Amino acid sequence: MDTIVQVEGLRKVYGATVAVEDVSFEVREGEIFGMVGPNGAGKTTTIECLEGLRKPDRGAIRVLGLDPQRDGKTLRGRTGMQLQQSNLPDRMKVWEALDLYASFYPKAADWKELLSQLGLEEKRNAPFSKLSGGQKQRLFIALALLPDPQLVFLDELTTGLDPQARHATWDLVRDVRAKGKTVLLTTHFMEEAERLCDRVAILDHGRIVALDTPAALIRSLGAEERVIFTLDGGLSPALEEALSRVGRLEVQGEQVTVHGKDGRKVPLVSEVVSLLTEQGIPFRDLRTEQPNLEDVFLSLTGREMRE
Amino acid sequence: MTWMEAKLFLREPMSAFFTLVFPLMYLFLFGTISGNEPTPQFGGQRTIDASIPGLTAAIICITGLMSTTMTMSTYREKGILRRLRTTPVNPLIVLVAQVIVVFAMTALGMLLLVAAGKLVYHVRLGGNAFSLLGGFILSSLSFFGIGFVLAGIMPTVRSAWVVGMVLLYPMLLLSGAFFTVELLPAAVQKVSAFIPLTYVVNLLRGLWAGEAWGKHLLDVGVLAGMLLVGIIVSAKTFRWE
Repeated sequence: MDTIVQVEGLRKVYGATVAVEDVSFEVREGEIFGMVGPNGAGKTTTIECLEGLRKPDRGAIRVLGLDPQRDGKTLRGRTGMQLQQSNLPDRMKVWEALDLYASFYPKAADWKELLSQLGLEEKRNAPFSKLSGGQKQRLFIALALLPDPQLVFLDELTTGLDPQARHATWDLVRDVRAKGKTVLLTTHFMEEAERLCDRVAILDHGRIVALDTPAALIRSLGAEERVIFTLDGGLSPALEEALSRVGRLEVQGEQVTVHGKDGRKVPLVSEVVSLLTEQGIPFRDLRTEQPNLEDVFLSLTGREMRE
Repeated sequence: MTWMEAKLFLREPMSAFFTLVFPLMYLFLFGTISGNEPTPQFGGQRTIDASIPGLTAAIICITGLMSTTMTMSTYREKGILRRLRTTPVNPLIVLVAQVIVVFAMTALGMLLLVAAGKLVYHVRLGGNAFSLLGGFILSSLSFFGIGFVLAGIMPTVRSAWVVGMVLLYPMLLLSGAFFTVELLPAAVQKVSAFIPLTYVVNLLRGLWAGEAWGKHLLDVGVLAGMLLVGIIVSAKTFRWE
């Protein structure tokens, strides 16, 4: 697989604040690569250095084999960008925006096709200011796809969207990748990174603290799986004894949590359930909790991800 | 891009109104008040004849100070310029498109004025049309220069708007665009010499009446100087975001 983006030792300073320090990674052709981290972790600064919108203080960047600072113009013709803070004039209509931006590229994709692919057909004549958040983001994706790019940058694409629009947007990003394009995105939603990205770089305070596939990151945590259920009338000493052989117990009133190490032969949940059924003990509200990227971030930084 | 910007300009009710309709309203107002008698103030011209170059100067001032400034600073503040920067489009094209549109709109405003003046009041152009056009282009460009500089210096849309307004009104009132400077008290007349629009008014009124360029070297010098400074400063202060 070809390397599409190569970053080595990137550093960017704003005044006395170090925004990005010693960031290095590679993005391979055809993958969805995510940079995830809390606000101010340096994600946007990094992506804007790659886009050529900011000049790095140190480090080497190659995007599609080009230097974003020196070959910015060529690069902008071959990449699509969606920016975190940007807008179109309020009174510009959807089709006019697409038509105008298409005129900037020598070999632009057919914007009428993009319009229908992104479900904006009926908003064709709507002015920009009248679009919903999700529709604006779809329009921005369409604009980013206009140059028929090899690489698409998406910066905080789903921020400010409701859950439904967010899920719909994820599908669109998967569609983009299915067309053979490489996607580099940033997000501060761990769930988004986990569900959408092939590989994830976790950033905190301007540095990459971990980089791998979401599954591998979670596995590396060696985190415990949890089975939680409620017993009416509480836990009998005999059952407590039996359950503690399965995994570590935590009892809060009528709610029981069994923690089990990862990588066991029999899944924790089936062991717990069969034990309860064998003994004929009624239970309710049973659910399992898998460790997720949120836990990975927590264990790497000692902080919750939530702002 | 230029065509797009023009459509956006006309869709903005305020800018379209001030550039195209507002001057016409004044023209009819002047026509009604002053009648059609020649007045010594304008060297034998009727008030209505002299009001056309004056109102043209007013349009130039409004588009230069308000339209240019507001469009550029809004585009920057809202991230519209930022988005343009993600494309291979040359930043100069953005600026040139803007200048062309504002200029075309200003010219349209002037054309409407002249047409209405001819139809309703039978105004006469005393001078050469091409010479007048030359003066019009020079005046417009030098005022757009002020607009770009303001947009470049002012950090936000709001501050650009306030400064634009603060500059706009004294210019309109004290430059002689609406009535002659000679009607103002002597002290105020002195202030008028420091107002850039005064030179536009003098130049256009002179060319309209058929005076030679040679009589207006000072006006031309001041405007050309402003244009030069405007280009240099706005190039230095231009920011994408």
